[in-house]
Amino acid sequence: MNWESIFSVSLESIIGSTTIAYALAAIGLNVHFGYTGLLNFGQSAFLGVGAYGIAITVSTFDLPLALGIAIGLAASVILALLLGIPTLRLRADYLAIVTIAAAEIIRLLYRATDLRKWTGASDGLQGFSQDFYALNPYGTGAGVNIADIITFSPRDLWILTVGWALVLLSCLVVWLLMKSPWGRVLKAIREDEDAVRSLGKNVFSYKMQSLVLGGVIGCLGGFVFALDRAAVQPDTYGTEFTFFAYTIVILGGAARVFGPVIGASIFWVLLVFIDSTLSEMSNNKVLPEWFMNTTQAGSVRYILVGLGLVLLLIYRPQGIFGDKREVMLDVR
Amino acid sequence: MLTAFLACVMLSFGFGATSAWAAGETLQGTLTNNGAPVADVKIKAFSQDGASVGEATSDAQGKWSIPVPGPGTYKVDLDQSTLPSGVTVTNGRPSLTPAVAEGQQRNVLFPLGGGAGGATTGNSNQPAPSAPSEWNRVADLFYAGIHFSLIIALAALGISLIFGTTGLTNFAHGELVTFGALMAFLFNVTIGLPLVLSGLIAVAIGAATGWFQDRAFWGWLRKRRTNLVTTMIISIGVSLAVRYIFLYFFGGDSRAYSEYNAQPGVEIGPFTIAPKNLVTDAIAIVVLVAVSMALVMTRLGKATRAVADNPALAAASGINVDRIIRLVWTLGGGLAALSGVILAVYQNVSYQMGFQILLLIFAAVTLGGFGTAWGALLGSLVIGLFIQFSTYWIPSELKTVSALAALIVILLFRPQGILGRRQRIG
Repeated sequence: MNWESIFSVSLESIIGSTTIAYALAAIGLNVHFGYTGLLNFGQSAFLGVGAYGIAITVSTFDLPLALGIAIGLAASVILALLLGIPTLRLRADYLAIVTIAAAEIIRLLYRATDLRKWTGASDGLQGFSQDFYALNPYGTGAGVNIADIITFSPRDLWILTVGWALVLLSCLVVWLLMKSPWGRVLKAIREDEDAVRSLGKNVFSYKMQSLVLGGVIGCLGGFVFALDRAAVQPDTYGTEFTFFAYTIVILGGAARVFGPVIGASIFWVLLVFIDSTLSEMSNNKVLPEWFMNTTQAGSVRYILVGLGLVLLLIYRPQGIFGDKREVMLDVR
Repeated sequence: MLTAFLACVMLSFGFGATSAWAAGETLQGTLTNNGAPVADVKIKAFSQDGASVGEATSDAQGKWSIPVPGPGTYKVDLDQSTLPSGVTVTNGRPSLTPAVAEGQQRNVLFPLGGGAGGATTGNSNQPAPSAPSEWNRVADLFYAGIHFSLIIALAALGISLIFGTTGLTNFAHGELVTFGALMAFLFNVTIGLPLVLSGLIAVAIGAATGWFQDRAFWGWLRKRRTNLVTTMIISIGVSLAVRYIFLYFFGGDSRAYSEYNAQPGVEIGPFTIAPKNLVTDAIAIVVLVAVSMALVMTRLGKATRAVADNPALAAASGINVDRIIRLVWTLGGGLAALSGVILAVYQNVSYQMGFQILLLIFAAVTLGGFGTAWGALLGSLVIGLFIQFSTYWIPSELKTVSALAALIVILLFRPQGILGRRQRIG
């Protein structure tokens, strides 16, 4: 058992790039679900269009990265509009089904062999992140090394800097918007849509703006995710991604500005710790083979997240920082 | 360190079945037709001077292997007369000349297509079967559509009734479908009972699980007055946990039952259908008709519809609402298990088979009108036919896309579904 490496990866994931991507996904989802009460089950699609936006632009068409970022952002706005138009006038669970269906459609299109020359099908795309790392101001030095436990290369430091800047910027935007009159309307829609409508507000338009805002923030997460890995792969953006993000939002506390960020850190530290401990145990035959092999160790994280989501919602729906009165959503 | 997290899990499941032969140079392969193994196909290998070096017959998993004397180039012939009727080598190359390196277990791929069996969802990358004639192709698509819509309808009826009586959109219903297929696998393959008996036991266990779920969990949540959105997200958590518990115990491979594999099709008019599919169709139709009749004719059925209409009023008129809901869960669990067994007979057992059709079930239910039993049946028929006929124009790996896109378009124009009522949507 290599405890040093287990602790090292667990501690690194407090601020690691996966945490950043999920934090951004969760901040966007928090705008939808926490503040507006929209059940978006397709957040993975927003990250997917961001990631594939830059990958296809740079890798397939050989255009500059900045254009890729613009295309990714535009695609996420268009996606939000496409999802919102048929469903935002309907009851909440219709949005849930349509968003999850749309996310699957998009993932299946990335996978389609007929589109291989653009999307790389199930192999995905690589080689689009050079321009981003060329901007790295940390050079090629040693990076950060704290007692040999926490190590970040200059490449890691650069993506962490950009990622956390995006997280803080998103939090600032959400915080400013939610204490503005616009944000109060969103929260009022969550509490009682009909009351808001009777005050003369255009509920559909507010919901749409919320969907776009949260989608764009999610798309930023997609950029971080793709640039960190320097590759995109269609199955990364499956339904599990969205449900992990839901667990993070509920863990941290819905309708709290920093809830998703702290939720993401705690979620990934726990998950990485359990995951790497189990895989170390099964690799080193600490656990008997009939009880848990390496494949089975990989499925435990999903079982735990599922159970965690169920237990959180039953026993502590407000999560760590939330207010119980704010999360008693209902659609009927 | 965290990279490759999903991809790695996904990748590690796909392989593992192909590399288990003894050392020494071997030609080997697995014959599948749209995901279902093809057994009893003769394959012969010849050395370059034309001398036979061995032959093999594919087993129940579609696997074959021929040990060869040493490295070199060999000619491998697939005997097309031993293929099930309607099945062909889709690239038209039944004879290949692969080179075998020293110590290599060389995989030889014969892409097969056609016939009545076929994967309906998921990631079958097989090219579309080469059409014997346009008319036969339309007939095959029509039959596959009907067959698939019966599978969806069994599960959709349960979801729709549960939604009607409790208001819950149950995302964990796909796992009930998988559960039925897995239970039948347990009794059929692990224990060794005949498939028919295993299927019956699986349906009984599925129904019991439905009852128990409501008794122990969903009913308890209703008593705690957990609101519907929270319950819906809880069902997602349940779905995620249960799906990966299946993976933990069953593994990531797709496996077949011990009987009725790769059954050759029988020609009935323009259709070529494997008898097993006709039998399962008959069972599904009988069950669907029986349940629909029971909903209309019996007192319990009327009570069920009353609860779906207005639970408070039903309770006031002396109907035991909790009992009805439990009955609906029991029925839903049993129907889902039956749907799973039929789906598995059609395209093998895998841990996420139910989840893969869940969205199509939702599409059927939404299309027909949420909470209406007839709507679920009608919606399933439309989705089943649509999904198969769409492969006439688009690649078959995108057929799920077409059905889901249709769902979104329908919501634009008739959000309450075909038979739904306006009041349910607003």
